[in-house]
Amino acid sequence: MSNQGIEVLGLHKHFSKRKGLLRRRGAAVHALRDVSFGVERGETYGLLGPNGSGKSTLIRVLSTLLVPDAGQVRLLGHRIPGEEAAVRSKIGRVSVDAAFYKKLSARENLLYSAFLYGMDKARAERRALDILEALGLEGEKFTDPLEEMSRGMQQKVAITRALLVNPPLLLLDEPTTGLDPKSKRDVQTFLENLRSEHGTTILLTSHDMAETERLCPRIGFIAGGRLIAEGTPDELKRIAGADSLDDAFIALAGEGLEEGEAAVKKREAAEPVEA
Amino acid sequence: MEQVLRQTWAFFFRDYHLTRRYMSWVVVFTFYAVVNSATIALIGVAAGDPRLTLTLLVGVVLWNFLSVLFQEIANSITYERWEGTLEYTFMAPVSRLTHLAGVSFFTLFYSVARSFFIVGGLVLFIDLDLSRANVWGALLVLVVSSMAFVGLGLMAAALPVLSPERGAEATNIFQGVLLLVSGVYYPVEVLPGWLQPLAAVSPATYALSACRKLIGIEAAGMGEGAPLSAVTYELAVLAVMGVVLIPLGLYVFGLVETWAKQTGKLKRTG
Repeated sequence: MSNQGIEVLGLHKHFSKRKGLLRRRGAAVHALRDVSFGVERGETYGLLGPNGSGKSTLIRVLSTLLVPDAGQVRLLGHRIPGEEAAVRSKIGRVSVDAAFYKKLSARENLLYSAFLYGMDKARAERRALDILEALGLEGEKFTDPLEEMSRGMQQKVAITRALLVNPPLLLLDEPTTGLDPKSKRDVQTFLENLRSEHGTTILLTSHDMAETERLCPRIGFIAGGRLIAEGTPDELKRIAGADSLDDAFIALAGEGLEEGEAAVKKREAAEPVEA
Repeated sequence: MEQVLRQTWAFFFRDYHLTRRYMSWVVVFTFYAVVNSATIALIGVAAGDPRLTLTLLVGVVLWNFLSVLFQEIANSITYERWEGTLEYTFMAPVSRLTHLAGVSFFTLFYSVARSFFIVGGLVLFIDLDLSRANVWGALLVLVVSSMAFVGLGLMAAALPVLSPERGAEATNIFQGVLLLVSGVYYPVEVLPGWLQPLAAVSPATYALSACRKLIGIEAAGMGEGAPLSAVTYELAVLAVMGVVLIPLGLYVFGLVETWAKQTGKLKRTG
């Protein structure tokens, strides 16, 4: 059995923009260009990139919600496209926008999700309350409609939903965006415990450098749909000649970069990094 | 098997609680349906024509049942797109058959409950004597015709995956065409000749024809319901439509889902 939790090789994805009254096919937007990387089982891997860099597209491909144009993906040994059914039972995903039935309570939303994964009611309720407590959300909020909760509380329920079935692979797309510092810390601690206690493989995309540096031994920078640099935080700082991960990120994938080309040139000029 | 039952229950559970949370709207819509049905049926009373009254009654009850069944299944995907939950449903380890079966079961339950309220409301306005009608036969026709409407609903449910707004618009137009061509309140013979062929492909046409015979509208002795054997043809056509339309609906939905995953159309909208 491969020790890789996530294997991505030569991944391409483009979208066609339609223009005009007749919705004629316009220019293609290349969301992912030849992206390759690997994440070992039990590893937390961070993916940093500016808005529109391809992070969410990558997460959607790995979540079986997008079919790639080319390339190979294996999640916990299962190939996609091809073995989506096996993959779906093993992944949990949190996206930046907590999508729920807002009129339903946290309990109802979480039970619905648990039933989808074949869990029984008693076990699902117990596990949901345990996770919510660990994330710092009081039990009495459990029966409140989601629409009455703050954005931070909703995000904690979203994280709980992803963890209900204890998936061996977590895909986290900016999971702490909008959380207050205390809540952010609770989530980060929970994710650390999850990895150390359950060996969960985690792919984390974020704009929060401190969070990524804290949680991820290895980080990839993505810009213009390309993975432009990859390594430990120290390696990335060294490549960019920067003192902090923030500076390294701005130097390699920062403002004004078109399609990541400049960053690619910079990476090519830098000394190679051993993954 | 237990897992599949739980997954099917998930959709029933979700839709039950959503209905509960939107109860005031459910009451408003049901009230409107009762009043609308009564105003249509009272046209027959005003004309002093019991046969017309019964024709209109059968039409409103049947159409209310079948149209809600179709509409709720068709709109289930629209609701998910509005809430942004469609991606989570599609990445859950649930087969599309289980997903759409769960949605259809709740919708069937909801449509039946709503129809009971409408019939109950109509009794307040119109003196109904169904003592000689073949009511059980009519219920059987409703069950069989439901299958065909579930199939149509599944096909229409694929439309919001293509485009949330345009999909909902197309669903309403399709429903309107069904209402027009199926002869809900009139014989299809009064339609222009170029429209009449469409009546032959609408399951509602056969459901209405069968129910009118079973309730006794077309009998010499008004209200004398025909035996089930008198509607064998209609039942057979409806059964064939159901057998064809449900797998066809699932197939169409599958095609659209694959297309949406290739083009990135599953993202939240609305």
